[in-house]
Amino acid sequence: MNYWSWERFSDALPYVLSGLGTTVMVTLSSFLFALLFGLVWTFLRRIPNRGFNWTITWIMEFIRSTPPLVQLFFIYYAWPVIPVVGMTLSPFASAVIGLGVHFSTYIGEIYRSGIESVGQGQWEAAKALNFSLIDKWRRIILPQAFPPTVPMLGNYFIIMFKEVPLASTIGVTGILHMANSFGSQHFNLIEALTIVGIIFLALSYPSAYLIKKLELKLNNRY
Amino acid sequence: MDDIINISSQLGRGLGITITILIASALFAYLMGFIAGLSRLSKNVFLRKFTGLYIEIFRGTSLIVQLFWLYYAIPMLFGIDLGSNWVIGVIAIGLNYGAYLSEVVRGSIISVAPGQYEAATALNMSSTQRMRLIIFPQAVRMMLPEFGNYTIQMLKGTALVSLIGLNDILYYGDILRSSNLSQAPLIYIVVLGFYFLLALPLIFATRKAEEISKKGVAS
Repeated sequence: MNYWSWERFSDALPYVLSGLGTTVMVTLSSFLFALLFGLVWTFLRRIPNRGFNWTITWIMEFIRSTPPLVQLFFIYYAWPVIPVVGMTLSPFASAVIGLGVHFSTYIGEIYRSGIESVGQGQWEAAKALNFSLIDKWRRIILPQAFPPTVPMLGNYFIIMFKEVPLASTIGVTGILHMANSFGSQHFNLIEALTIVGIIFLALSYPSAYLIKKLELKLNNRY
Repeated sequence: MDDIINISSQLGRGLGITITILIASALFAYLMGFIAGLSRLSKNVFLRKFTGLYIEIFRGTSLIVQLFWLYYAIPMLFGIDLGSNWVIGVIAIGLNYGAYLSEVVRGSIISVAPGQYEAATALNMSSTQRMRLIIFPQAVRMMLPEFGNYTIQMLKGTALVSLIGLNDILYYGDILRSSNLSQAPLIYIVVLGFYFLLALPLIFATRKAEEISKKGVAS
């Protein structure tokens, strides 16, 4: 039976923290990827063709309702052996693509909800005032569609941050990976894992608070 | 086609674990959601703070970290061996999503119109009667879609139990992949297909739940 040791705790702390940069980088990169790829889904779903729309909706549903862990394994282990398009990806790139694509399906829905929240009258007004397609989006729709999505996007940023440790399973050397490797060297994981938990709490709690503040600020705009 | 059948029959051996973990952890999470959600609304300050702490800890960290932590900590802290990792998987997923669901429960209860509370009070109902007969039935309808969504999330979460050595669908998929790397794309696509087939009834149930919760009570 193993017992808690503060000595091991203080040994593990710098070791686990050395993975924090990677965890943050994966989070930022995959969030950026999801933000961009989310636009693709939103755009594809706006193409007015029932069959096409149905197909895109179900592809999104498929990606959204299957485990991101399996999707990571698919990209890391299976992608390289697919003929023609396959290529070997680093664990980092696999994690960014895997998590990015998975969460882009949620982000795409957020964009859509933002666009749909713009009142019908606004669309009609843009048409009545003879706005060009670009001006309509740039001056009427997006300035109104974007603010309500900010807190939702922020929440997904935090959710993605918490999913990033999945990438340790394919060898991304973030905090969970460092904790595991420390644990296997010292035959006890509990201190290192506790540190990982504390880091997550310490980072996700203030970010949630900031998002709440941001939400209040944006709601007060009008 | 033969390959797909072959892979499916191998993966099918893990179906039982994935489904039982999902059902057990979903029931546990619903229970925790209601207990914690109602405790958050309790008049007892200690109960409220304690539940708040539970919710913040489980919502603030990752499921995978919690799963590993419980896997190592439960035997250490309590000096007991639960006998199987199955129980640990259920506890981790249940506690994690219970924390999320408790916010759904709390949110739905406080969003029942104040007039309903006032009417119940005016009819001289006790606070228990008011909750049981007036508030709760209305709040549950609002909770349904979110419960559906979180059940799908839990299904996705069950894939993690392969990491603590449980023989679920993904576990058999990984075994197959390690013996035949060139088949990896097909194997993982079938694995994803398995999870999607399990998710489909949940997706339709969630859509149904959305309809129910949108429909007016009087109709």
